[in-house]
Amino acid sequence: MKRLLRLATGLLATCGLLFTHAAFAESLFEQRLGELTEASLAETQALLEALEAEGDPRLLPLFDALFNGNLYYIEADQTLVAADPNSGTAPFTGILSGDVVASLSEDDVAKVRVNNRLRRYLNDALARLKLTAADPDIRIAAVNELLSQLNANTVAQLDALRANEQNANVQKALDTALNLYTAQSSDRVGERVQAIHALSGSLQNAVRNALARLADDATAPEAVRIAATDSLKRIEQKFTFYSYVNQLFFGLSLGSVLLLAAFGLAITFGVMGVINMAHGEMLMLGAYTTFVVQQLMPNAINQSIWVAIPMAFLVAGSVGVLIERCVIRFLHGRPLETLLATFGISLVLQQLVRTVFSPLNRRVIAPDWLSGSWQINPALSLTYNRLYILIFALIVFAVLVLIMKKTSLGLQVRAVSQNRAMAKAMGIKTDWVDALTFGLGSGIAGIGGVALSQLTNVGPNLGQSYIIDSFMVVVFGGVGNLYGTLVAAFTLGVANKFLEPITGTVLATTLVLVFIILFIQKKPKGLFPQRGRAAE
Amino acid sequence: MNRFTQLLSLGRMPGNKTLPFVAILFAVTLLASLGNLLVPEGSALHVSTYTITLLGKYLSYALLALAVDVIWGYCGILSLGHGAFFALGGYAMGMYLMRQIGDRGVYGNPVLPDFMVFLNWDALPWFWLGMDQFWFAILMVVFVPGLLAFVFGWLAFHSRVTGVYLSIITQALTYALMLAFFRNEMGFGGNNGLTDFKDLLGFDLQSDTTRVALFALTAFMLGLVYVISHLILKSRFGKVIEAIRDGENRVRFLGYRTERYKVGLFVYSAVVAGIAGALYVPQVGIINPGEFAPLKSIELVVWVAVGGRGTLYGAVVGALLVNYAKTRFTAILPDGWLFILGGLFVLVTLFLPKGLVGLVGQVRARFKPAKPSEESAV
Repeated sequence: MKRLLRLATGLLATCGLLFTHAAFAESLFEQRLGELTEASLAETQALLEALEAEGDPRLLPLFDALFNGNLYYIEADQTLVAADPNSGTAPFTGILSGDVVASLSEDDVAKVRVNNRLRRYLNDALARLKLTAADPDIRIAAVNELLSQLNANTVAQLDALRANEQNANVQKALDTALNLYTAQSSDRVGERVQAIHALSGSLQNAVRNALARLADDATAPEAVRIAATDSLKRIEQKFTFYSYVNQLFFGLSLGSVLLLAAFGLAITFGVMGVINMAHGEMLMLGAYTTFVVQQLMPNAINQSIWVAIPMAFLVAGSVGVLIERCVIRFLHGRPLETLLATFGISLVLQQLVRTVFSPLNRRVIAPDWLSGSWQINPALSLTYNRLYILIFALIVFAVLVLIMKKTSLGLQVRAVSQNRAMAKAMGIKTDWVDALTFGLGSGIAGIGGVALSQLTNVGPNLGQSYIIDSFMVVVFGGVGNLYGTLVAAFTLGVANKFLEPITGTVLATTLVLVFIILFIQKKPKGLFPQRGRAAE
Repeated sequence: MNRFTQLLSLGRMPGNKTLPFVAILFAVTLLASLGNLLVPEGSALHVSTYTITLLGKYLSYALLALAVDVIWGYCGILSLGHGAFFALGGYAMGMYLMRQIGDRGVYGNPVLPDFMVFLNWDALPWFWLGMDQFWFAILMVVFVPGLLAFVFGWLAFHSRVTGVYLSIITQALTYALMLAFFRNEMGFGGNNGLTDFKDLLGFDLQSDTTRVALFALTAFMLGLVYVISHLILKSRFGKVIEAIRDGENRVRFLGYRTERYKVGLFVYSAVVAGIAGALYVPQVGIINPGEFAPLKSIELVVWVAVGGRGTLYGAVVGALLVNYAKTRFTAILPDGWLFILGGLFVLVTLFLPKGLVGLVGQVRARFKPAKPSEESAV
């Protein structure tokens, strides 16, 4: 009976121990966190090591904040909070809760201090933590970060990780790191050569530098040097390829700006035979509309662009209709005179903007989702604003084609452009069609201005710098042909960007202009001339 | 005797305003020159050197307008790039003047102009060779714009680029040249252009007599070009040119090689523009890539449009009036000038298709019973 009792108490105690252990672990992490605010700098490292041994997922934000000197505690209740990582100030985020602690000012908190020795430890600890983080992207980034500081210790760690890794991309990154280490410091030549060959697929800068060092290393075995040179060549080829892709992307984004600028010209000239020299100013009006809209809604910059696009269309479009009604309709069939009159209008509009908004350039703030870039690999990253403008231009193009092909307005516009007299005889109000066409062309230029305002500063000369290029696009593509305009804009944009590294910006522009002048000699009606009776 | 009565009748000969034009030009030039050189300062009749320089500038602009009018008013080719020929002529003259500075530049290099020393060049580029000779520079003033016009015109007119397309590519031409001349590597002083000139053929450019002489020379050239243009346009060649303006296809079907006529006239016009530029530069004292700006070229089309195209004196009147207005208004109302210039473009094209000189005819036509008159088909 005594034994039984002892057994029961033993069991109870074991159970109790087991139970309390879980609760105890939770509180131990929190308890140690609490100690962090009171520990002296000398004690902190031991405390942090103990914390790391706990393996809690909340360590990463904690160490990160501590390492960057953004860790604070609330003086009232010792709760740990992290400051905003970008600015290092409020708003604060609770380390344990992960929520933003509102209504906390800098006076309520005190900083958790670190010294250089701690920072060194934290740096390593962060690397270890990141290597085992749950998010594969963090793991890949951590592996890539290690590439330049590989040593026997880290490699052993990576090797162990590789055995358990499930994610293919992380595996690849780990393989690169392991191969890089083997390539540099294995004592068997065959292994090194094999590793170097395996590295030729990597685009990491550290790999590229290491291979370059190996290729030049006089003490390395011949086979290793040859293999390194070979792999390096393949890597360089990849880099060249991606730099071409990058140039192509830049060319396409320039082309999409040209496209937005040239659409309106293509429509108005194709349908009405009007060369609108004030077209550049429609771009400018669109850009200024964006600026004004942002001034009107300063607290909603991210949303303002959705207001700005229709507003720009309306503003530029109605100015276009006004110009058509007041000036252009009196100059029908006299393209050279419309050219002069609209040039006069462009001067007046520019001066008007200068008077109203000052001659200085204005900055339009880009929404958050437009800034930054899309990092595809170490050799290629595409900026979001250019990417979105490219997509935007294509959407506008699609919408325009739909309007021209599927709506009754489009039908009438095409009828008028093919045979004005006949269309009029069939009962189409050509006056009305003219005004709407001109408004549509100007409105699209206004939308183009919104896109432009995201790329450059907004100033009174904005339109001038694009007008000649847009003319070139229209002339090159064949007047009045939307597909021609599309092809011409992208061709010119890409040609410009590919010439630039060879000849310099200015000469590239000049060469493109000279090319077009020569091109027009050969095909005076552009790439895709209008055929049939409609032409001339 | 017959000739004398003609002179008295002052242009009563149909369509011939040459004699009165040259006479008025001569008289004004003489009066202004004498007013500057002989009448003492302080007198009410004294003409200041500033005014003389300004008049000289206007007259070289008038010469430029004449060049545009010849090609636009009589042949219907709207060139939006004539500023390029003007600037090229100006650069040729500027290069000569630059070489005349010798070792008086800031860096004191006897051969290299200042900007080349500044850019660490050690030798003159090949296209500067010979520019220290006046005769060679004058040859270049005529030759370079002429050659460019020939090549460009040959290409454009042979492939029958007409109308708006031609206007746009002439604009692209001057724009391309502007971009090229803005580069420092071009060897033309880049952004700053050529300036700081000292003397011309040994005469000090700052002295009153040189300035009056330049002014008188400009007036003389304007008169000469006016007479030559008049003779060309009244000749059989000129008749074909006007016929091309009114119906190129018909002229071609009659067996004329219209492109040759057009190229010929285009080259003549470019040469005149080049001469205007060469006269302009020593009087203004600077030439820079801004002269290639498309805006300048279009502005000078407005001078012609305001004066009245298709009449040589109209172009001159327009150039003088608009430039005088520009000088006045930019002084009184610096911000307003573009409003006025822009407004002029619109109003003149809308209401004065024949320009100011056509206004008399327009008014007269309104009070006379309607007589079918032929609109110029441009």
